[in-house]
Amino acid sequence: MRGKRISLWVALGLLVGALSVVAAGCGGGDSESSSDWQVEGLGSTIDEIQANAKNEGQVNMVIWAGYADKSWADAFTQQTGCKVSTKDGASSDDMVDLMATGAYDGVSASGDATLRLIAKGDVAPVNFDLIPNYADVYEGLKGQSYNTVDGVGYGVPHGRGPNLMVWSNDAIPADNDTWAPIWPGTDYKGKLSIYDNQIFIADAALYLKATQPDLNITNPYELDDDQFNAAVDLLKQQRPNIGEYWDGATYAKQVTSFKSGEAVVGTTWPYQVNLMAAEKPPLNVTAKVPKEGTTGWSDTWMIASKAAHPNCMYLWMNYIISPEANAKVAEYFGEAPSNAKACDVTSNPNHCEDYHADDEAYWDNVYYWDTPQADCGDDRGEVCKTYEDWRTAWTEIKG
Amino acid sequence: MTSVSSDVEPPPRGGPGRRLSTFFFSHSRARLGGLLALPLGWMLVIYLGSLFLLLLASFWDTEPFTSDVVRNWNLDNYRRLFEEPVYRNVAFRTISMAVYVTVADAVLAFPLAYYMARVASPRSRNLLVVAVLTPLWASYLVKAYVWRTMLGEEGIINWLLAPFGLDGPGYTTAGLWLAFTYLWLPFMILPIYAGLERIPSSLLEASADLGGRSVRTFFKVTLPLAFPAVVAGSIFTFSLTLGDYILPGLIADEQFIGTVIYTDRGTNLPVAAAFAMVPIAVMVVYLWGARRLGAFESL
Amino acid sequence: MIESRTTRVVLRLCAAGTLAFIYFPLVVIAVYAFNENISQTWPIEAYTTKWFGVAWRNEEVRSALLLSVKAALGATVIALVLGTLASLAVSRSRFFGRETISFLVILPIALPGIVTGLALQATILNVLAPIGISFSIWTIVIGHATFCIVVLYNNAVARMRRVSAFLEEASMDLGADGWQTFRFVTFPQLRTALLAGALLAFALSFDEVVVTIFTSGAQQTLPIWIFTNFARPRELPVVNVVALFMIIVSIIPVWLAQRLAGGTGLAADRPREGSVAASIETQP
Repeated sequence: MRGKRISLWVALGLLVGALSVVAAGCGGGDSESSSDWQVEGLGSTIDEIQANAKNEGQVNMVIWAGYADKSWADAFTQQTGCKVSTKDGASSDDMVDLMATGAYDGVSASGDATLRLIAKGDVAPVNFDLIPNYADVYEGLKGQSYNTVDGVGYGVPHGRGPNLMVWSNDAIPADNDTWAPIWPGTDYKGKLSIYDNQIFIADAALYLKATQPDLNITNPYELDDDQFNAAVDLLKQQRPNIGEYWDGATYAKQVTSFKSGEAVVGTTWPYQVNLMAAEKPPLNVTAKVPKEGTTGWSDTWMIASKAAHPNCMYLWMNYIISPEANAKVAEYFGEAPSNAKACDVTSNPNHCEDYHADDEAYWDNVYYWDTPQADCGDDRGEVCKTYEDWRTAWTEIKG
Repeated sequence: MTSVSSDVEPPPRGGPGRRLSTFFFSHSRARLGGLLALPLGWMLVIYLGSLFLLLLASFWDTEPFTSDVVRNWNLDNYRRLFEEPVYRNVAFRTISMAVYVTVADAVLAFPLAYYMARVASPRSRNLLVVAVLTPLWASYLVKAYVWRTMLGEEGIINWLLAPFGLDGPGYTTAGLWLAFTYLWLPFMILPIYAGLERIPSSLLEASADLGGRSVRTFFKVTLPLAFPAVVAGSIFTFSLTLGDYILPGLIADEQFIGTVIYTDRGTNLPVAAAFAMVPIAVMVVYLWGARRLGAFESL
Repeated sequence: MIESRTTRVVLRLCAAGTLAFIYFPLVVIAVYAFNENISQTWPIEAYTTKWFGVAWRNEEVRSALLLSVKAALGATVIALVLGTLASLAVSRSRFFGRETISFLVILPIALPGIVTGLALQATILNVLAPIGISFSIWTIVIGHATFCIVVLYNNAVARMRRVSAFLEEASMDLGADGWQTFRFVTFPQLRTALLAGALLAFALSFDEVVVTIFTSGAQQTLPIWIFTNFARPRELPVVNVVALFMIIVSIIPVWLAQRLAGGTGLAADRPREGSVAASIETQP
């Protein structure tokens, strides 16, 4: 009996193994990036797109939290007949993973996702003739390295903003202007609220750029061995002080933590700051960009190369950068809009000024999320750490 | 011979259905094959096939920029698991938590299961079984999130303990242990209840007749007989804790095996696959041991 | 009853304590469903029933509920068929792979969901997608059915132990063929065990989230909807309402299963006194 049982296992194993090897050999689609904006099912004129969209009836997108709130998404559905269904991406990695499943029609990608999505062939170039509102987008956002490859544009700019430092005024004076409280050497053990993704290594590098100039850090995304190890060490020292991590899908817990006093200082997006201000009573916090500078984002709406509802997606891309919608999302989230005309219709007339919508000099000091690559882009050559190195380091830092 | 009820007509002799049935009756191998073809085929092709694909992927590489899986056969992923201390720490943390949770659940479940199986009246027993089964339907996610709310600084646990001058566990490993114990408790109660119910009263009465007091009977007769059922329940509590990634992030912000696998699932599938072999290996060994202890009869 | 009085009292207290522990958070969920305020601090300041109306009018919730029900039905049916087939094979024949079948069938539910989910998603993306099959209700159903099989299988095997093989042989001696025997002799005895198992499988599939995350693509079952929305502050009250709804609605099938199976609905149960089956001892 025993011999027969063993041979059953062997037979099972061989059968399964054979099937799997065959399957594995067949699998793996090609990942050539298509330079053709034609997504299957997409109409070739605006009228066609609008007609097709009514048949599609739906659009599924991966977004940053708050980018498709009902207050403007419902109007979109009424205008176009496309129901909006969204998933909040926890981080750029999460967005890339979700887009890789091929189940979504589009994504609002930051610079540390866009180039990878393009290289994987998961997103298609955009035909800007089919997006009338594109003409009104700020020139400073068009044709950028994170959304254009070889002169081919891959998406529609959404808006941009800086990552902020937020603190409770009871713990830290409101006029604080430095990142120092979140780094080691201060007394907020267990009260830190930090963004949970390896891109935060860039924030460490940025702090070191100001506090350890002999490291010669110029670009926080291009770090060679010494610079990278210094940043990782800083983060490992910070780790015991961290009370909680938050990400794009769990941002709400940051608001609750600040409200209950479990967190007193951390990194944040303007969205949470708005939520904190909307609490009853509003939280007594301050949020701003400290003097050492900050990282930030400039987001791009991209369409999946195998989108099931490409027409609805095109209509959404056009809608979200229309003045009214762009103004609404910019105010709701707390960022600078991408459409110049949005500044005329914001409910706070000074919104665009407050958020530096047209001030390119301001954005020179905001380091948009970017994809670290081996090629440093300067005379050091190919010695910089790759995204993969950053990811592995982050797992180690979290412990 | 009494007349047979007329609503069951024997099929005509020599009809095709009958010939098929006779064939299967006399050829037991063919009958076996016919019965097993679908379920076995499903399990092999869909389930084991997918797991095998995962195993294969654990020997491959990723292209660092696009995260595409590249079919370079290598052992780097496993080497990384052994060399980097973080993976050992995460695995140890997860497995220890699984043990603590299993023990706590067994301790909490046993009295209730014993009461249900041997002390409660049949009417109460029915009610109690319904009472224990119903929470299985309350969404796991909502239970997880309500624990987060309850454990918070301004949550109900602190509010209840405040008059005694105590503090709740808060968002710590202890709080996480409490939440895990809560979530998997019904999975432990039911097998133990079933196992205890199966013990014939005659055995326990015999033990009493032979002079064993209830405590002695319990330790010498009841517990050994119920032990396989406890092991059966522990399969679930152990395995569910081993793979969970939602609760650790929600409550204690710690990395568990599931967290690391989930983070790497798309951007580095080979490493995720390699690390996934750890819970698979642990559970296969656990299941083998559980089968040895007779737990499969109690499921 | 052999336990002493003190033992019984202690047991009753422990049982009550454990039950209280189990139901306390559920009561908290129920109370929060009536919370006026969006944020979840304690104590609750104002109560309202408006969220029930909001939840009902929410179209996403309704379609998620529908998808969950459809997927659970599909998974239950498949698990029913496959589990019964396997249990018939295992209970009525002696062959060298019997223990292996039990081991195999329990594997999907014993291995952590994330492993199953990762494996299935890898297959969908790398094997099925290139040939044009993408995420659909069927990928969800297949994932769920795989771990639901064991529930039906275990119930059926346990019940088959009580169903005498002699009855089936007698039926065939009297002229019934295999299918008729199954239909008129075996199945009626299996029926309640299968129904109880089916109800439990439905429950498992309905509430499953981890494997579903990997096999659903952009679709939303009810748990996925909850997962997507319980971190969105505005939707949280609706999530609590949905959770309360699920708890209340579940009491009926659970109670039904309990009545039918006469036991836990999960495992071997004592046959009813006086039944023919009870008087015939069967060796597995």
